[in-house]
Parts: sequence; structure tokens; C-alpha cells
Amino acid sequence: MSILVIAEHDNRALNSVTLNALQAAKAIGGDIQLLVAGHNCQAVAEQAAAAEGVSKVLLADSPAYEHRLAEPLSKLIATLGKDYSHVLAPASTSGKNLMPRVAALLDVAQISDITAVLSSDTFQRPIYAGNAVATVQSLDAIKVLTVRSTAFEAVAASGGAAAVEAVTASAVPERSRFVSEALAVSDRPNLGSAKVVVSGGRGLGSAENFALIEQLADKLGAAVGASRAAVDAGFTANDRQVGQTGTIVAPELYLAVGISGAIQHLAGMKESKIIVAINKDPEAPIFQVADYGLVADLFEAVPELMRQL
Amino acid sequence: MKVLVTVKRVIDYNVKVRVKADHSDVDLANVKMAMNPFCEIAVEAAIRLKEAGVATEVVAVSVGSASCQEQLRTALALGADRAIQIDTPDNPESLEVAKLLAALIQAEQPSLVITGKQAIDSDNNQTGQMLAALLDWPQATFASAINLSGEQLEVTREVDGGLQTLSLSLPALVTTDLRLNEPRYASLPNIMKAKKKPLDVKTPAELGVTLKAHTRLIKVEAPAERQAGIKVDSVEALLDKLRNQARVI
Repeated sequence: MSILVIAEHDNRALNSVTLNALQAAKAIGGDIQLLVAGHNCQAVAEQAAAAEGVSKVLLADSPAYEHRLAEPLSKLIATLGKDYSHVLAPASTSGKNLMPRVAALLDVAQISDITAVLSSDTFQRPIYAGNAVATVQSLDAIKVLTVRSTAFEAVAASGGAAAVEAVTASAVPERSRFVSEALAVSDRPNLGSAKVVVSGGRGLGSAENFALIEQLADKLGAAVGASRAAVDAGFTANDRQVGQTGTIVAPELYLAVGISGAIQHLAGMKESKIIVAINKDPEAPIFQVADYGLVADLFEAVPELMRQL
Repeated sequence: MKVLVTVKRVIDYNVKVRVKADHSDVDLANVKMAMNPFCEIAVEAAIRLKEAGVATEVVAVSVGSASCQEQLRTALALGADRAIQIDTPDNPESLEVAKLLAALIQAEQPSLVITGKQAIDSDNNQTGQMLAALLDWPQATFASAINLSGEQLEVTREVDGGLQTLSLSLPALVTTDLRLNEPRYASLPNIMKAKKKPLDVKTPAELGVTLKAHTRLIKVEAPAERQAGIKVDSVEALLDKLRNQARVI
């Protein structure tokens, strides 16, 4: 078996979710190669070459791949992918944007968000917002998969010494064009891979009050998350939404503040090791999954918590 | 400009699903069904383009058994002009849905296709992207804002870490994220009027598509249940538990 893993990166650094996808590739077993497609991304290729278990890094460096738009990238991967038994990518927004397109070009199914590898063709994945787990067998010659990062331990980022091989791609003009990007700049850890996540919900009441969540997160060295209600109400940015259709997290400690716990939110955080809920409503469903629940007014409890930390 | 919008019939988002005792699938018998929430947002986006005088016709399409006509009637009540059901067994695979839609689009020639980013039953997040690939169209997935000027469509997308803006030339495909709009409710007079709007049925054979299985569902299980823990009565007690029992801080 030969497996092609698509590296996630920003042309400067390899995103750690790639290391989780490599673990899934290891579980499938076989020769593992990593594709770094971008522009001026030699540094990423060097990091990729050091990742555990990678036999070869393919480097596709072209202005066409600078923003990793799905149209040119899917054609490149579909062309390369014909020679592999499996093509994997992290189930990030980038992977989700790209991989169904790759699968369609290869005329195969795409299996989304796998959480376990049972054999080289059989995988587990959550459905219905994580309220059921499906075991799915691929009947296609090439398996195109996206990998839920929180379900697989990262492989070691260093120690490997894979060769880097340039691949040339004949990119054709596409009818999509990158205009701009507004990415959050933060010293806090990445939401999807943070060891501690502090999330705020509707109970915060306003964008001003949401600052309380950020202050608590900074005390704990945590990433900041939010419920859909808090994002919809404009308390905080969309990229902080944790849940079925937002970011999936599984930190050591998840602190839910003023979050009632809709099933769509639970789908994104219930694999966390320890869950703490602070909510003034003792009947809030979040308490049904919390290891430690504190029924309290968050505007009293959170400042008190910060004082005592 | 013609806009084609896709609609999927799924379990109502408020219903908690149960797995069948034989683990063959989830139990959908006597369960409330509804239009997939992301498809509601897609329908709303299409109707707003018509109200803005940009779109001239909105065609709603669903793939599945005759029961999905109920959701197509909802789309018509919300403001779609006509509807097409592509008649297949329920739960066709994403790639097959994309092939059927691609064949229909060759005939219908819309300038813009809007789909939901994912269905809340299978949680696949695939069909729009697959359809765009089959048509060799540009795509903007997870849209939170769309702005059309002439033949250029500017779309803001919700991505990990923030927002990205793309410019696509038509024809193009957009998949909707949660914050693109707040869908309206259908009014009673519009529900009555929708009953008279045209709803055609097409078969895969008429579209020249032969359905094929690419995956096999081996079993469906309930996830490991998380046990509720304990309630603590103070911030001190909480910190004590986190420090000395869970040892996470």
C-alpha cells in the first residue's frame, strides 16, 4: 500500500494537524509520502521531511498553489493520487474544501472525518452530530479520506530524514481568484490542538463581557472557544465556534462557561478529557457531560476563579 | 440569471437520533423530518438574489424518494419558482448525488448553484465540492457573505483561523455556512400557493446516470456515553478537584 498525505501549512510552517493525519496513515500501514503544495514553501518541505514515518516529501511549488485554492490543487492531487492506494488530508476547513473535489476527479467516494482505522479499507466516523458512529467500508481502489485530528495522536515532528522531490505541475488558468484573508493573530494556542480550551456561550451576554473568557484563557494558557449562540450573537469571531459544524476539540481540560450544551456543541467537545461547566441553570444539558459542574453566576465565579489561579 | 439550489430531507435538528437494535443504521421510523438547516440557508440566499433583481429564476432540486417532495414544497413556499425531484432510493452517496446534479445542470444551465455545506445526518460536507469538480466550475465553500457584480461573484468564506475572500467568475458554486443569512419562515398564503407551482420528477436513467455503490455501511453504533460527574459548590472546591483529583492545572 502507498499512502499520500496532503500537508496542511501556510507556506511558512507545517500545521501540526498534518502529524495527526500521518498517525492515521501509519494505522493503515504502508509507504507514506507527504505532499507539500504551496508557494515559496521550501521551509515547510524541510519540516515535513523530518516528520516520523514519512518516506518521501513531494514538493509542488508554484504561484498557483500559494493560497491552496481547491481548483488547481485538486487537479494536482488527482493526477498524483492515481498511483496511491490512499490519499489523506486533515479534516480542516482546507481539507474539507479540497478532498471531495479530489475524490470526484478520481471517480471515487470520499470518507469524511475518520476517527478510527479498522483495516486498510474500513473506517469509523461520527454521523448525526456524533450521536452515532458509522463503520464504513470503501469499495473503491483509491481511498480518499479526511482525518479528524483529535482522534489520532500526532506522530513525532522530528527525527525523520525523508528525501524531498520536486514535482512539476501543469496548472491551467482557473476561474477562482484569491482576494484577501483576515486571519486572527493571537499568541494563544491553536483551538484545535490546545491542551486547555475555555469556551463562552450565550450567558456572557455581550461582546464586552466575552473579554472575561479571554482573560480566563490567558490565565490558563488556553485557547478560546465559543458556542454557536455566542458567535451568532456577535460576541466573538466565527473561527472560535466549537461544534458539529465548527472546530472539533479534545483538550485535556475544557471549560464551558455560560454554555447550555446543545447537542451540536457537545458534538465538538465531548471527547475532551476533563469537562468543567459553569452555568447558573442547574438543568443545563452541559452538566450531563461535565466531570465537574459549578452552578453559579459566571460573572461572580469567573473573576473569583481568576483571583484564585 | 438562473440560480439552482439543492435541498436535502433530513432528520429534524432538534431530534436526538437512536441507533437500531440490530446496528444496521439509525432509526428514522416515525421521526420528524425537515429541510437540512444548511439547505434552508441556501434557499434563502437564492431567494434574496431574486428579490434583489439579480436572479430571474430559482430552481430547487432534491435527490431521493418521493418523500423529499415535502421539502421541495417548502422551498417553493419560501420563494423558489419551480422544483425538480430526482427519484432515487433514499440516502444516495454524495458522489452519485453530484453526478445526478451535474447531469441536470448540463440541461438547466444555471449561472449559480448554491448548496448547503453539509447535511446534518451524514455530516459528510462533500456534495457541493464534488459537483463543482465534475462541472469544472470554481467553488466557494462555507460562505458567510456573497456579493455579485456582473459576472464576478465575491464570496467571504469561514475558514480555520478567520475569513477568506475569493472572487469567482460565473458559472460558479457556493456552499453555505451558518452565518450567510437567517432563513425566513414560509407564510400560510405562500404555502398554499406553493401547491400550484411546478414540481417535476426525473429519473437517473433520464439523466443518463447509472448509480453505483462506492462504500458499504457495515454498522452503526451508539457512541460511548459520557457519564455525568459531580457538582461542586464553590470555586475553591472546583480548583481543588482540578488540581488534586483531575490534575489538569
